[in-house]
Amino acid sequence: MTVIILLLIVSILIAGGFLIAFLWSVNDGQFDDDISPAQRILFDNKKTNTK
Amino acid sequence: MRSHKNISENSIACYHCGDTCSNDSIHIEQKYFCCTGCKSVYEILNENDLCTYYTLNQAPGNDQKKEIRKDKFAFLDNDEIKLKLLQFSCAKKSQLTFYIPQIHCSSCLWLLENLHTLDSGIIESRVNFNVKEVFISFENEQTTLRKVVELLSKLGYEPHLSLNEISQKQLNKIDRTRWYKIGIAGFCFGNIMMMSFADYFAISNTVEPAIKYFFSIMSVALSLPVLFYSANEFFISAWNGLKNKYLNIDFPVALALIITFSRSLYEIYNQVGTGYLDSMTGIVFFMLIGRWLQSRTYQSISFDRDYKSFFPIALNVIKEGYVKPTDLMEVKKNDIIQIFSNEIIPVDTILSKGVAKIDYSFVSGESEAVSIQPGEMIYAGGKQIGGLLELIVVKEVSQSYLTNLWNNPIFDKKQTSQQSIYDIIGKYFTYAVIAIGGIAALYWYWMGSTILMWNAFTTVLIVACPCALLLSQNYTNGNIIRILAKNKLYLKSAEVLNKITQINHIVFDKTGTITQANTSRTKYVGKVLDAELKLMIASLVKQSAHPASHLIFDYLNCNSTVEVQHFKEVEGKGIEAWINEHHIKIGSPAFVGGIHNIENKGTVVVVYMDGHIIGDFIITNKYRIGVSNLLSSLKKHFKLSLLSGDNDAEVKNVEALLGADSEILFNQSPTQKLEHIKYLQNALHHEVMMIGDGLNDAGALKQSAVGIAVADAKNSFTPSSDAIIDANKLTNLDTFIQFIKQGKYIIFATFSISAIYNIIGLFFAVQGTLSPVIAAILMPCSSISIILLTYGLTEVSAKHYKLNRD
Repeated sequence: MTVIILLLIVSILIAGGFLIAFLWSVNDGQFDDDISPAQRILFDNKKTNTK
Repeated sequence: MRSHKNISENSIACYHCGDTCSNDSIHIEQKYFCCTGCKSVYEILNENDLCTYYTLNQAPGNDQKKEIRKDKFAFLDNDEIKLKLLQFSCAKKSQLTFYIPQIHCSSCLWLLENLHTLDSGIIESRVNFNVKEVFISFENEQTTLRKVVELLSKLGYEPHLSLNEISQKQLNKIDRTRWYKIGIAGFCFGNIMMMSFADYFAISNTVEPAIKYFFSIMSVALSLPVLFYSANEFFISAWNGLKNKYLNIDFPVALALIITFSRSLYEIYNQVGTGYLDSMTGIVFFMLIGRWLQSRTYQSISFDRDYKSFFPIALNVIKEGYVKPTDLMEVKKNDIIQIFSNEIIPVDTILSKGVAKIDYSFVSGESEAVSIQPGEMIYAGGKQIGGLLELIVVKEVSQSYLTNLWNNPIFDKKQTSQQSIYDIIGKYFTYAVIAIGGIAALYWYWMGSTILMWNAFTTVLIVACPCALLLSQNYTNGNIIRILAKNKLYLKSAEVLNKITQINHIVFDKTGTITQANTSRTKYVGKVLDAELKLMIASLVKQSAHPASHLIFDYLNCNSTVEVQHFKEVEGKGIEAWINEHHIKIGSPAFVGGIHNIENKGTVVVVYMDGHIIGDFIITNKYRIGVSNLLSSLKKHFKLSLLSGDNDAEVKNVEALLGADSEILFNQSPTQKLEHIKYLQNALHHEVMMIGDGLNDAGALKQSAVGIAVADAKNSFTPSSDAIIDANKLTNLDTFIQFIKQGKYIIFATFSISAIYNIIGLFFAVQGTLSPVIAAILMPCSSISIILLTYGLTEVSAKHYKLNRD
């Protein structure tokens, strides 16, 4: 049964990794603007790539 | 394929901006434009192969009827001003962020991010749609700040450059702490819950004690960041309340958190139980989300603007024959400044050269422009309508007439944290909880069981945490604010909702609020007016001071006049006279006489000559459409008043709209408006809501319990206020108020439901038998059912009031 302790530590570490990823993305400003990225992806990239 | 031309009842929509074209003279092939400005934007985009702009959205442009003066942005070549605006600058490149209020659709986004095709000096442009900002970096060798701004303006995206935005630039950092707090609380809550599963399924007896102990230690470790970081705002707020000697709603929450935590530590240390850490972290997590929902304000809207955002950054100062763009703050007394057409005069001045026609509607509420002779004073805040002016500065910007209003103590008053109704509930709640806990503890002490005594006392405090109240309040308010914003009423904070429910007196401004500013239109129907007829009518109306006469005179556009004989005016009815041997009568249908069948809304002025009716001038309704319905439905629930800075020419119309028992005051100065609101509050103890639009209402808006600013165009200026409403939605105000009031009942309803959970919890708690399992079931049940209920009820209520919910 003691293996459960190991499993728990591993699972918390993995979850911790996701928490860090989340905090990182917040810090990066990914949640500041929730409108333009959704629009931007729909634009035809033809012209922006020519630069 | 969508057709390029929208023809409905002979009106053509502009291909660029969608406005109605007055005629079809301006066009390129099948594409029609309302003005040459719109056409030239289309030409620029067409040349550069940027017509995707028009395929993303129909008529996405901003109208270009206002021409931009050639050297308007010359001041951007001034190094000092440039330095203030730029965020980063080195020899090679510069970077800055513009606030562009015109950003409204994906076409805007697309065009602004493709600026480099129009100016190769622009390295990057990136839009933040939420705050309507564009971040631009450009190469100094290839382009200049001035060229970039001129390009933006040419495309219809003139950046908002103002003193206020500059001084606030450093402060405008986005606060992301709430995201961090929610993330950490969610993470810890989830993991603690996972480790508590053994308890939930009552299999904890089969788990080895070593593992159980390890689980508990891990839970404590995970709860620490929640208690000390995520939940710190509850402790800080409770402590601030205590310091000011009152118990706010955060106090019982903080108390419950501390007691839950210490009780759990005690249980784990003595190995008598596993504690309530899962419930504690869960509550913090749900409450933080609720607070985030409630405080999600609309970043692109500025609620605290003052005169500074309204003034330009720089003025043209004439020194020794040269024109030098100068920072507004450095304009001194006796400087000679230039003001161009349609520009705002930011300082008190004396006119020295030019034809001045000043529109003070924004600062005083007067609807007619004033002509000013050389040597006379022109006060700050007026807008020049005529041509170029040269003015001598009398007072600097910080001391001018307009700025003085902001020296009123009301603007210095820090928003004192008023005790909201929830804080008052919180106070009694705390007393009640401590009383119940105390009685239970005393009972068990009397029964001789000290363990049960402590047990009962602490669990009562844990169970009775007013989280449910906070949750129902936060989630309801959050959703109401969101729905109202969809309907274009933007609230500054959730506190405003509560204030709106207490309102019993609504004060309106006239110009720009219940009337539309500068929109009285004159139309003529009837026999064609030849030059002679025009001349005679113009000569006659010139004799009268009635506003309708002014409008007709402007409409006829005659420069000369002829002699008028036997002039007679019946006040408010009409005028008559003999001109060139003709008897002419002009006035209301009743005054002129004869049968008249007119279905038009608005003021009808009939022209009658020598026994025949020639035709009618129709002055279209200046009042906003639907305003009379709004006022008559508001009249049933509220006392109404009108404070206008304008003269009393419209008194009859206004009286008809507001009803005879309403108070109507004209010729009110900004300070008088403020004082009148104070009078209503202090002498009559009314809870006042003020609805206004201009700078002249700024003091009154601030003084009222709720100040709502009316925003007309997309980028119009709104003074400091508690809420901003789109002018077209003003007529829905009564529905909004009812909806907000309904929200209060929703909070009470959901809170009562959560009280049932609390009573169940208390039932176990006073007996000292509340197990962590029951707590762990009750907590998420009550939280989630409250969240779902508030959401559902607000949506149903919004549907009932036919509000827009997408």
